[in-house]
Formats: sequence, C-alpha cells, structure tokens
Amino acid sequence: MNILKLSAAALVASVAFSGAAAARDQIQIAGSSTVLPYASIVAEAFGENTKHPTPVVESGGSGAGRKKLCEGVGENTIDIANSSSRISKADIELCAKNGVTEIQEVRIGYDGIVFASDIKGPKFAFTQADWHKALAAKILKDGKLVDNPNKTWKDVRADLPNQPILAFIPGTKHGTREVFDEKVIIDGCKEDGTYDALLAANNNDKSAASKACGAIRTDGVAVDIDGDYTETLARVDANKNGIGVFGLSFYQNNTDKLQVATMAGIEPSVETIAAGKYPVSRPLYFYVKNAHLDVIPGMQEYVEFFVSDEMAGPNGPLAAYGLVSDPELKKTQEAVKARKPMAPLK
Amino acid sequence: MTDMTVSGASVAMPRTKSLLQLDERTRRRNASEARFRMIGFLAVLIGVFALVFLLGSILSNGLSSFRQTYISLDIFLDPARLDKAGTRDPAELAKITTFSYAPLIEKALADAMAAKGVSGDGVSVKAAAELISKEAPADLRRYVLAHPQAIGTKVNFDLLASGRIDGYYKGRVTMESAELDRNISPAQLQLADKLKAAGILGTHFNWGFFTAPDASDTRPEASGLGVAILGSAYMMIIVLVLSLPLGVASSIYLEEFAPQNRLTDLIEVNIANLAAVPSVVFGILGLAAFINFAGLPQSAPVVGGLVLTLMTLPTIIIATRAALKSVPPSIRDAALGVGASKMQAIFHHVLPLAMPGILTGTIIGLARALGETAPLLLIGMVAFVRDYPAGPPEGFFDPASALPVQVYNWTQRGDPAFIERASGAIIVLLVFLILMNLSAIILRRRYERRW
Repeated sequence: MNILKLSAAALVASVAFSGAAAARDQIQIAGSSTVLPYASIVAEAFGENTKHPTPVVESGGSGAGRKKLCEGVGENTIDIANSSSRISKADIELCAKNGVTEIQEVRIGYDGIVFASDIKGPKFAFTQADWHKALAAKILKDGKLVDNPNKTWKDVRADLPNQPILAFIPGTKHGTREVFDEKVIIDGCKEDGTYDALLAANNNDKSAASKACGAIRTDGVAVDIDGDYTETLARVDANKNGIGVFGLSFYQNNTDKLQVATMAGIEPSVETIAAGKYPVSRPLYFYVKNAHLDVIPGMQEYVEFFVSDEMAGPNGPLAAYGLVSDPELKKTQEAVKARKPMAPLK
Repeated sequence: MTDMTVSGASVAMPRTKSLLQLDERTRRRNASEARFRMIGFLAVLIGVFALVFLLGSILSNGLSSFRQTYISLDIFLDPARLDKAGTRDPAELAKITTFSYAPLIEKALADAMAAKGVSGDGVSVKAAAELISKEAPADLRRYVLAHPQAIGTKVNFDLLASGRIDGYYKGRVTMESAELDRNISPAQLQLADKLKAAGILGTHFNWGFFTAPDASDTRPEASGLGVAILGSAYMMIIVLVLSLPLGVASSIYLEEFAPQNRLTDLIEVNIANLAAVPSVVFGILGLAAFINFAGLPQSAPVVGGLVLTLMTLPTIIIATRAALKSVPPSIRDAALGVGASKMQAIFHHVLPLAMPGILTGTIIGLARALGETAPLLLIGMVAFVRDYPAGPPEGFFDPASALPVQVYNWTQRGDPAFIERASGAIIVLLVFLILMNLSAIILRRRYERRW
C-alpha cells in the first residue's frame, strides 16, 4: 500500500518537525473588536514600512484579550492586548499570579459612541435624560417611581418625534455597553432626578441607587445586540424605527445609510470629542507585556510606531478612520520609549 | 398497518364490483398517496427555493468581487524623494516610508489628467488622489525596493482604485449615496467617469482577490484570499496526512482483527458519538491540548489541522468500516483458502476493493473540515494575518487564516465594500466544496463495486 506508507512517513516527519518549531518572529495581539480596525491599520503600515513581519491581530473582546495577556510569559502567549476599557484589578492580580508582572498601559486615543437612525427617518436631538426615560426599568413620574410607561419618543419629551421607542444597544459582553450605561443611562438618571428618588428608596446606598438607575427595561423596547455594529446596522435597516448605538468610526463609514443624533446639543465628530464637548466617549488602550519586548523582534518598534504622530496623530490614518487623537500623545510617546510599567490601580 | 389488516379481511368478502371501477377505499388510498406526493414535492420545492435564494444573493453580491477597478499611471520615481544620497543603498531605500511615496502618485495623477485634458472641475489634487487606494504607495515601495535601478525613470503602474470608486462601477455607490457619504463626493465620482473616458481608469479581472493577503479596514479594495487559501490548503494537507492512515488503520483493526467484546463495543459507541459532537468542542480541546499543553504556536495551520483531524477521524472511521463491511466475506474466505495470511487477505484483496468507499468518505470528511469555522475561533485563527506562511513544513507553524474564517472576518468590518468581498470568498469556498464533492461522486460511480 503505497499511499499508506507515504502518509505514515509524512506523519512521522510532521511529528518530528513539531518538536523543532521555530522561534516566533511576529508580534501577536488580541483583544477588543473596537480597537481591531485601528490595530490592523497600524499592523499593515508597520509590516509595509519595516523589515519585520506584519503583526497578527486577533479580535475576541477586551476582557478575553486581557485574560490571554495574563496567561503567562512565553512564546505561545500573546504580546499585546487591545482593550476598549481599562484593565481591572482582578486582571492585574491574575497577571501577577502567572508571572506577568510588568505591564505597560498605552492610551491610543478616544472613541465616540454615537446614536444613529435610518437616514430617511426624522432627526433626533437627545439628552442623556431622554435615554434614561426611554429605556430605564423604573422612572420618576409625578414624584413616584413607576415601571416605565413610555411608548414613543414623544412620551419621553414632547418635542421629540412621535416614533415608537426601539433601541439597539450593545450586549453586556461589549465594552461599549459599560460606557453606555455609565455615561448615558446613569448620567441621565441623575439629570432627571430619578437618582435622588432611588437614593432615598435605598437608604442613601449610592451603589445600589446607581445599579437601580442602570437597570434597562425588559419589555422588548431595548434590544441587546451581542454581535458587532454590522448586526446593529442590519437591524436598523430592517426596522426603520430603530435607533442604534454605534462607534463613531463605524458611523463615518456608513454615513449614506445612517443619520446621527446630537447628544445634549452636540453633534459627535472627531473635533467635538477631542475638545471634550461630546459627552459619550471613552479612551482606548492597549496593554504591553514588557517581558516580551526584547524577545519578540520589532515589538518595541511596533509600540512606538502605533503612538507616533504619523499614525495616531490628528492627521494620521487612525484619525481619518474615526479615532479621536489623544491630546496628550506626546506624554504617551515618552512613556512608551521609557517602557514605563503601569502603576498599581487604586 | 391498519390498512393492511382491513384489506386482508376484505379479501374474504365476495367482490361485487368490477376491478376497473375504483371502490371507495382504493380511492382514499390513492388520494392519500397523491397527498403524500404533493407534500414531498413541496418539501423539495422549498429546499430548491431556499438554495436558489441563497445562491442568488451570494452570487449577486459576490460575483463583482472578481472584477476590480484600476487606475493606470506612469509614475516618475523621483530620486530627490526616494534616494537623496543617490547611493541606491537598499538599507537607505528601506528607510523611506510609504508616506513619502504618496506625493509621487498624486503628481503622476495630476500629470496624466493634464496630458489627457481631463479637468478636475473643482476637485483638488488631494481629493483627486483619494480615487486611488491607500494600498498604492505600498505597491510602489515594494516595487522600488525590488528594483532600485528603476529610480529616476518613469514606470507604468496599474494602481487599485479606492473602494468607493470601485463600488461606483459595481452599483454599490451612487451619486445620491455619495452626496451623503463622508468618504466620497459626487464631484469625485464625476472625475472618475472622466478618467474612465480618457482611458486612465478601467475595470479588469481581479487576480489579486485570489493571491493578495487580507487588508485593513481602510483598503477593502486590496483585500484578497491569498493567505486564507494557503492556510486552508495547509490544514487540509495535515488533515489528510494524519486522519487517513489513522482512520484506515483503526477501522481495519476494529473491523477485521479486534475481538467482539465490551471494550470494542464501547469504542464503537464512542466513535459514533464523536462524529456527532459539535465542532466547537474540538476547538476547546485543541486549545487545551495543543496550545496550552504541547506549546504549539497560536494561529498556526498545524494546530488547526490537528483539531480538524480530530473532528474528521470519526467520519473517516465510520465510512471506512462501512466500506470494509461491504466487501463480501467470500473474497476473504477465498484468499484465506488459497493460503494467504489474514493480513495478506486484507491488504491484497479487501482493502483495494474497499478503497473507493474509503476515499469517498475521506473526501466528504475533508470537505466538512474545509468549511469549519467554530473550532478555529478558539485557537486564534480568526485573526488579521497579512504575511504569507512559508512553504511547508515550516509554514505549518506560521500564522495563517482560513477560507471560512476570512468570510467571518470580512462580514464584521465597517466598510460596506467588505460585504462584496465576503460573498466573493463564499463563492470561492463553494467552488472548492463542489469540486471535492464532485470528485467523491465520480470516485464512487466509477470504481465502487456492488455485490
């Protein structure tokens, strides 16, 4: 049996080779799907302009990326974790337990979170309080806490369009949801006075009041999207009454299908977010495993290249794609050069 | 069953009517048969309709990805920009980044427009240059690094047009949508039309779609399936090389040599069970066994191949055992009767006769493995990979993508041009699957013997 002999030989050969796996020469990155487009733009330019291979960028979520980073030190662990939310104390503890003691925190810029609806529908001008009144489980009505009765945006505020409330918001596994809860729903809750009422109802327990503030109604008006923005867009497309929560860069790539709503009177754009006027934004980070910096060729260069003015500056390709450039980029560049590990979280 | 007993009883009754005249019960039986036929036909119709709809939507979205818009320009490789020292030293040339190449393209486009008498009509030089893909400077740089002697001369390049311009000629972008689009203006589209009339811009077959690697979100027009096809091919090689001998050897042992006892029964049940285990489970196993324990690299075809091997093995074993079983015992008996050993009987007579069945099962198992995404998700193959893996066997350990993974990746991108790419990738994947299944059918038709 010739085929059999041949494949048996190949089997032996492949097993032999697996013992002699060559050292890794490309950087491996994993994490947030929000940071992924930026990271892949940088990786592409890095591969094009240096002698190093293009880094491999994996998505999978901020939390998953940080966990992978903290798996340990060695060539079969990743080098950099992209993250759309700040690393947590638990992550750092996990890292330390697995021998990853020095982590650099690099802030690459800011990401705006925008509210957009179908381009042919009416135009919206929201405040955070509107969103709280539309989506919260319990709201204040005539001085009493009641189950949310609002059915249309007009019920929420008289000068909003008479359109049924339907919101496609990011699912709880997304980093974006945290920001949405914190900067829209809970801020709105404080704005419209529900927070004070909840504080009184919870014996001045602030965390319990915030938690109650952030509870979203469950009668089908708020739809959690566990996929990515393309799914949100498809849902808005299929249901013209829907209002979706998107990242600024995704909206900017689809301005022919979506119209964006203002928040507290401010239209989201790279400029308004950079100036700190638009209220719903968040910093984006990546975390570097310092122990790998001298082991993986080109890793230090990649980190410096990412935060260089050519890439992350206000006129760079990242800003063109929708990243809001960090006004303190200079500081980051210096910190990265010095390989300054992050201070313990408070 | 009830019908039969009733009709059995009716035989005893004297028949009063003519055979040619249908009685009530026959009519009912005929009617129920007609109903069943109709339902069956309807079921097939629904299936066909779903298939036509699926293929229709994929083909209408994806066929356009096989053609691509290019802008042909004569570009002067200015030594003042690319090689200030004039030494043509490769190390010095490599220091010039793609950012320095973009102005050369801008100038070449402006020159070409002036030469052909195309007026910009209020489109600035910078906006005109936006018609060209951001991949173009990289193409140029790669060319210059490979041909340093070309600096100082004019070279003709076929540069990719940007994704929106390409979309305009494919009907995805219209004047109305460009009005609202932040990334392109109607004036730019009009300029593209003029360039087309002047013969600078044209559309032709997109080889890059099959050979180019993936590209980032800002240049969908440059993205291709090169790395994914290579990665899939590597994985299929590994699956074939590992699962065929393992599967065939274990089936021969189980079918021909193993004693019938509790243990072999248990193994048999487990094999049947494994064939039905969801593929994502194999991914978790692969992550634990091959990456965390054995220390194999992430995102590498070798791990993907090993995981898919585990997934394919039960399919191959079941197919092989069925093929071995279908060889009549008389063949074995005859071989044994003329003095062959058991092993000779199996390897000289039974296995060759069972081979078509084994190969068919293997190909179908491979086809299933080719389309598998879920287990690859867990071993880091769903990633942005731009470098081609090296040739085998070293390349098995380099990061690579895979065809179904590339589809999944592209559907998640923000730029709508990636929807076309994803559909195009589905077409490529379907063609591969059809080829594999077709060869399985041909093998079976041509070589399979029935007794």
